[in-house]
Amino acid sequence: MSTKKEIWVYAEQEHGKLAGVVFELLSEGRKLAAKSGFTLCAVLASANGKPMHQELFNYGAKKIYNVEDPRLETYQNDYFSKVMADLIKAQNPEIVLYGASTIGRSLAPTVAVMGWAGLTADCTELDFDTERQCLLQTRPAFGGNIMATIICPDHRPQMSTVRSNVFKKERVSENETGEVVDVKIDLSGVRERMKRVESVVEEVNTVDLKAADYIVSGGRGIGGQENFKVIEGLANALGGAVGASRATVDAGWISHHHQVGQTGKTVCPLVYVACGISGAIQHLAGMQSADLIIAINKDPDAPIFDVADFGLVGDLHQIVPEFTKQINALKS
Amino acid sequence: MHIVVCIKQVPDSDKVTIDRETNRLNRTGVPSIINPFDENALEMALQLKDKHGGKITVISMGPPQAEEALRTALSHGADDAILVSDRKFGGADTWATSYTITLALKKLTEPVDLILFGKQAIDGDTAQVGPGVAHFYGVPMITYAKSCEVTDKGFRVHQVTDHGYNVWDVEKPAALTVVKEANSLRMPSLKKKMAAKKAEIPVWGVEQLQPEESKIGLAGSPTKVNKVFAPPVKLNKEILSGDPADMVKELIFKLREKKVL
Repeated sequence: MSTKKEIWVYAEQEHGKLAGVVFELLSEGRKLAAKSGFTLCAVLASANGKPMHQELFNYGAKKIYNVEDPRLETYQNDYFSKVMADLIKAQNPEIVLYGASTIGRSLAPTVAVMGWAGLTADCTELDFDTERQCLLQTRPAFGGNIMATIICPDHRPQMSTVRSNVFKKERVSENETGEVVDVKIDLSGVRERMKRVESVVEEVNTVDLKAADYIVSGGRGIGGQENFKVIEGLANALGGAVGASRATVDAGWISHHHQVGQTGKTVCPLVYVACGISGAIQHLAGMQSADLIIAINKDPDAPIFDVADFGLVGDLHQIVPEFTKQINALKS
Repeated sequence: MHIVVCIKQVPDSDKVTIDRETNRLNRTGVPSIINPFDENALEMALQLKDKHGGKITVISMGPPQAEEALRTALSHGADDAILVSDRKFGGADTWATSYTITLALKKLTEPVDLILFGKQAIDGDTAQVGPGVAHFYGVPMITYAKSCEVTDKGFRVHQVTDHGYNVWDVEKPAALTVVKEANSLRMPSLKKKMAAKKAEIPVWGVEQLQPEESKIGLAGSPTKVNKVFAPPVKLNKEILSGDPADMVKELIFKLREKKVL
């Protein structure tokens, strides 16, 4: 058992490559560590951890729990949940943060039931209540129609998953140092009930919304599939990507790869332009951390204007092409 | 083959709005539906049954009116339905819900080969109960399944990942959570609709499931809701209207001022 209380970040990796969300979690974890006085630690379960340690220290981990086993090269729920559950039992961390990725969303709930821990999914804000000594976990609920702050008063650890792009990553420096604790977890007793026979990375269909500086999104208000051309025109002029609301994806106007929102992607661009999107909070949950939001809608009462920095009230079919024209004129 | 599909009745969240004065959800008149992702789980079960025969049991945990969701599932082709419902189950978070549903699974007399869930529910959006039940029930879990084929020892499952897909061989019994891209639910047949109306749906509560009382409802839930509030509104916003060319001109001027263009 540690003498000092700890905040853990699960350092998700496959084939020795750390997931981007890990650095975002460490950056946010630093703030929680400062406020709580707890030690920020990374938990790294992999086949070969050493090459990843420097990066984890650089983003603020003071201690790394390093678990190595050839079976931890790629993700398998039974092995990884055993590692986390055993470590948690031995070390009693106060807080454990996971990325809300495919992996995190399998691992965290399994670990939670194994240890009767509290788990809050898809947090958009984390804070530490110094008086009650507990983590305040804020997340959208009811399709994002309402925000709820969840606490976990009597069970430890307090665990949260956070989607990528919710928190910003910030490196401390290039040469941070810290402690490495090598831990051996015996996986020989875990029977192999599932085996990954193939893993495919599809680049073709992946719309890089997560990396885009500018995103122009279309909602039901654009009126039809063919009008995504207008959205695309502005996105191209800005050198950005095309996003979409759930309504347009459900209507079959555009592929789900473009969907932004609680059940789609969470994005954090420099500028987000919402065209003909009313602003169901299911959508807002995926884009409201954009640096600057521009809403174009003919209904001045549309909820999208509540989160916008700039609102343009009018017909998007006139405004968007005009916007494209003026941007292109600027460039030439 | 015996497939269990766990479904949840949810308010149609697209139609839920919030009263900004009271911070309460306006749920009056909002229809209840089967969680859309659970429909994909049900259709996956129906397709497996079409091909391999067997039986589909649907289980839902919720208030008495969740029975409606079960009848709907029967009208689409499920064979049996069980409602897990008791006042004492109220206020359960995902931990206590997983525990309670597992007790219902353990009470089924026929051995279970496959347990299916939607990838998440659209009201809570947690995606936790599937993995939770799988662990309590003691079966392997694959999340985000797009397809499932029967193999000699179990199932071959295509899992959608953040960047592509994985193919897994998993032994049976197994549990999967199913994504929207998997399929779309068939229409109910008139005959089954009629039968569903009359079907006996057993209700299993504390008396039938004999849970440890410290593990159900609010008491069994590690997480508590501390505060509920309306999503924040931006205060320093500028609303423009009028001639499109002028609006855009002003907007671009402001964007350049802020150095984002």
